[in-house]
Amino acid sequence: MKFIAEINIMPQKALLDPQGKAVTGSMKNIGLPGITNVRIGKHITLEVDAATEADARQHVDDACKKLLANLIMETYDFTIHPSA
Amino acid sequence: MKVGVVIFPGSNCDQDAVYAFQNQFGCETLTLWHKDNDLQGCDLIFLPGGFSYGDYLRSGAIARFSPIMQHVIEFASKGGVVFGVCNGFQILCESHLLPGALLHNAHQKFNCKNVFISAQTSNSAITSTIIPGTALKIPIAHGEGKYYCDDPTLASLKANDQILFRYCDEQGNITDEANPNGSLENIAGICNEKRNVFGMMPHPERAVDADLYNTDGRLLFESLLSMAVSR
Amino acid sequence: MTKQVSSKQLATVEQAQQLGLRPEEFDKIKEILGRTPNFTELSVYSVMWSEHCSYKNSIVWLKTLPREGKNMLAKAGEENAGLIDIGDGLACAFKIESHNHPSALEPYQGAATGVGGINRDIFSMGARPIAQLNSLRFGDIKNERTKWLVRGVVKGIGNYGNAFGIPTVGGEVYFDDCYQINPLVNAMSVGIAKVGKTVSAIAEGIGNAVYIYGSSTGKDGIHGAAFASKDITEDSAKDLPSVQVGDPFWEKLILEATMELIETGGVVGMQDMGAAGITCSTSEMSAKSGTGMKVWLDKVPMRQADMKDWEILLSESQERMLVIVKKGFEKQFEQIFQKWDLTYAQIGEVTDTGRVQYYMNNELVANIPGESLVLGGGAPVYHREYTEPKYFAEIAQFNINQIKDCDLISAIAIAKRLAAHPNIASKRWVYNQYDSMVGTINQTTNAPSDAGVVKVKGTDKSIAMTTDCNSRYVHANPFVGGMIAVSEAARNLVCSGAEPAAVTNCLNFGNPYNTEVYYQFVHAIKGMGEACKKFDTPVTGGNVSFYNQSSDNDAVFPTPTIGMVGLIRGGKKHMTLDFKEAGDVIYLIGSSRNDIASSQYLVAEHGVNLSPAPYFNLDEEYQVQQVTAKLIEKNLLCSAHDCSEGGLFINLLESAMVRNLGFDIHKTNANLRNDAYLFGEAQGRIVVSLNPSNANAVESLLSEAGVAFEKLGAITSGEIAVNGQQFGDTTDYAGIYNTSLENQLN
Repeated sequence: MKFIAEINIMPQKALLDPQGKAVTGSMKNIGLPGITNVRIGKHITLEVDAATEADARQHVDDACKKLLANLIMETYDFTIHPSA
Repeated sequence: MKVGVVIFPGSNCDQDAVYAFQNQFGCETLTLWHKDNDLQGCDLIFLPGGFSYGDYLRSGAIARFSPIMQHVIEFASKGGVVFGVCNGFQILCESHLLPGALLHNAHQKFNCKNVFISAQTSNSAITSTIIPGTALKIPIAHGEGKYYCDDPTLASLKANDQILFRYCDEQGNITDEANPNGSLENIAGICNEKRNVFGMMPHPERAVDADLYNTDGRLLFESLLSMAVSR
Repeated sequence: MTKQVSSKQLATVEQAQQLGLRPEEFDKIKEILGRTPNFTELSVYSVMWSEHCSYKNSIVWLKTLPREGKNMLAKAGEENAGLIDIGDGLACAFKIESHNHPSALEPYQGAATGVGGINRDIFSMGARPIAQLNSLRFGDIKNERTKWLVRGVVKGIGNYGNAFGIPTVGGEVYFDDCYQINPLVNAMSVGIAKVGKTVSAIAEGIGNAVYIYGSSTGKDGIHGAAFASKDITEDSAKDLPSVQVGDPFWEKLILEATMELIETGGVVGMQDMGAAGITCSTSEMSAKSGTGMKVWLDKVPMRQADMKDWEILLSESQERMLVIVKKGFEKQFEQIFQKWDLTYAQIGEVTDTGRVQYYMNNELVANIPGESLVLGGGAPVYHREYTEPKYFAEIAQFNINQIKDCDLISAIAIAKRLAAHPNIASKRWVYNQYDSMVGTINQTTNAPSDAGVVKVKGTDKSIAMTTDCNSRYVHANPFVGGMIAVSEAARNLVCSGAEPAAVTNCLNFGNPYNTEVYYQFVHAIKGMGEACKKFDTPVTGGNVSFYNQSSDNDAVFPTPTIGMVGLIRGGKKHMTLDFKEAGDVIYLIGSSRNDIASSQYLVAEHGVNLSPAPYFNLDEEYQVQQVTAKLIEKNLLCSAHDCSEGGLFINLLESAMVRNLGFDIHKTNANLRNDAYLFGEAQGRIVVSLNPSNANAVESLLSEAGVAFEKLGAITSGEIAVNGQQFGDTTDYAGIYNTSLENQLN
């Protein structure tokens, strides 16, 4: 069975996010001073073949841990649903 | 000619540009701070290389909204001469003063080295004294320098003679091997349709001082200055 | 007068040990304070008494290095970096520092923050950084983890340095299995200041305001300094968050703001926040001036809301500075901070108590005599034991006669394999990722030489700089290897036409409690000291990195990286390493020797890992360098290039490849082995090329100086030949040499 995973990878809360900080600072330049605390991560989608949703979930989790996220610096979460 | 070099937070080739214009070519040169709201009567606005706003999000994307850029855009729309190098080129594209975009290098790495470029036309202020096809040795230093635009834009760049420089080999041949970043058709520099806004990824200001043993970049500056004299 | 310190959390000896302190050190703290410290105070001591901040296991020996010289403006250890007078009212500040352990864990951020830290050391002295170098050592290049480390470290150095906008003009990359687990990442920065406008890390003037500026303080890098002084074990990856994230964009803003602050004349003292963060800067600055400091930790701009006092004290968040402001300049300073959009706050004031007193929401959370925390004050100083390493016995058994010499035909294949060896092949895959030309001062881009050479704009001078250390030699013989490291650095400067001026060193060793490791440390320092005296290049500072190993039995090669700077005066052009024209003649200054010890050839071709250090004689080395300098001074040479890894053949190849020329040489001494002649790494040798019309003048000058030399042959238009044996064309080797590293790393 084919599943689609949507993965969000974000910089760890305890760590500086230089990119988010610079973008936050520029919000007042474009006239949106009310926007604060921008944090910038990655969004990854992928397809996974697995017998069950639990298996698929396990594969995606392994992929995140081993490659997609750098756990020293990043956290991840994902949603999974059967491919239409 | 009175030259204004814009300094954005994160610009780092601004003083190199000042040194080139002032010490190498004797131009009256001043720096313009990104928070300024006045171009101080400059005849030429130069957007230097560097990492404006850290180049976070996309290179040049945040700088485009600096207060000074609103004046630069207005200046350009009235025919004022604007020249952007490296990050300056990226900012000009993000500001839509030049068509197209600069993407991550094809090999995904920052790359700093001497490359060769050849002028494709002498019909521009920065190439007027350069013989088209001659290879000039000019350094590059960028991670996002792969020029890209869609087919209609490319067609109009060609139709209007807006492609100023292409990457080439030492003999002037335009080859895939000589393309350091995967730029579309080896494009290294362009101008706008009105021919008053210029952008290029290679750094001519890094090749003007005889003490550094490469002065091929002087031709671009000499061309710019001769234009000013003839005006 | 002072309130009672908070005693709600009295510390225990177990906690002290968890923080890396020894039980006797805990007792000493109790003795100093006259009471049991609370946890916050213990944390402060633990970071300040770590090797990283206190040099407790190394300072005894560091003090034996020559520290005075004719151009010195600051003695070693007095300032954040070395400072020498270069004339024209200018001073050159320079320093090298390690970021080994953070890079082993997270190569990209580890290396990036190393670059950030060393540059802050330079500009916090009032010097604008103008050039950087780095010395990198990794394990087997074929190993996947090594590739990950190399890619990450190079990208980290590149992205930080490139955005910060300082050219990288030199360095070294070296591969050996001993660095498999624990790579070495040493970064050096060189800056220029106006004499009289330099800034010290002092806190004078009772009542002066203490400001923090730059970035906010977060929980990243807490216990980082202690981490840096501990062995890396399987568990250390779990010691999170132990990495810090660098922001070169912010550092660039801080640099510009700092230069403007100094220009106002209102800076009393300044220090960057590196290891041990606020703790280290506040205590070191006040201790240096014999003053005290009151610090209100709750005033520190924080990235997170729930930070504890000790977290704020120990945080190693990057891109932060501490400045003591002269009374009356506060408004002007705040305007500069605002101009550059920097976060800032007044967090304290200078006092006369001699104590650092940290407050959190009006509660005194730590109250410590500042002097008791720092090097030269109350920080412990240890004389460690050392014993001769057992592997020396095996080295002593090496006999060159047991290695079969090569004939000239097999030498061709060997030469090609050496040209492809990662320690010899072109490092362009690495250095092309660094901006080497920003600043428009790099003179070696288009005119390569043995050292990086940069123009000092507005003067008729250039500064030459290099980093060097062949750690295999140091391992083979720490004393001789230490001398060679200094000599090679000096040789590279001399070959570029510069006069060596001063040294900074980065001493990367194993566990100092291992007596054999400590033997290496002591003897390498003795060797360095001898050579620095000979070349009149005082050691201006640097850093010590111990615990570069994965276990007690498995240390990295002792690696005392030498960073050396020198001057080219009077508008003279630098000397280059490339052959200029076919027909020019080639000479070797120094002697060919029957020596292949510790050469890349011996290791790579014969698998002999233990052999003595190569031939080295300090006096001969000095003479060779002196006479080469004289030949350059008299404009008699077309090129000069020092003979190092890969020996004579690789040396000639490197000079030939730049302009696609070749060489035809003849070995005249029949008793000399082919392999020793072509690939041996005997020290004290420089290859020069010259126009034949200058041959007489050069020969008579060399004879007069009493320096051994031999005419090797002549430059050809592209073919290579040795004793009549055709070795092919330079281009055959250039292809291999240029692409070997990138083929493995791309």
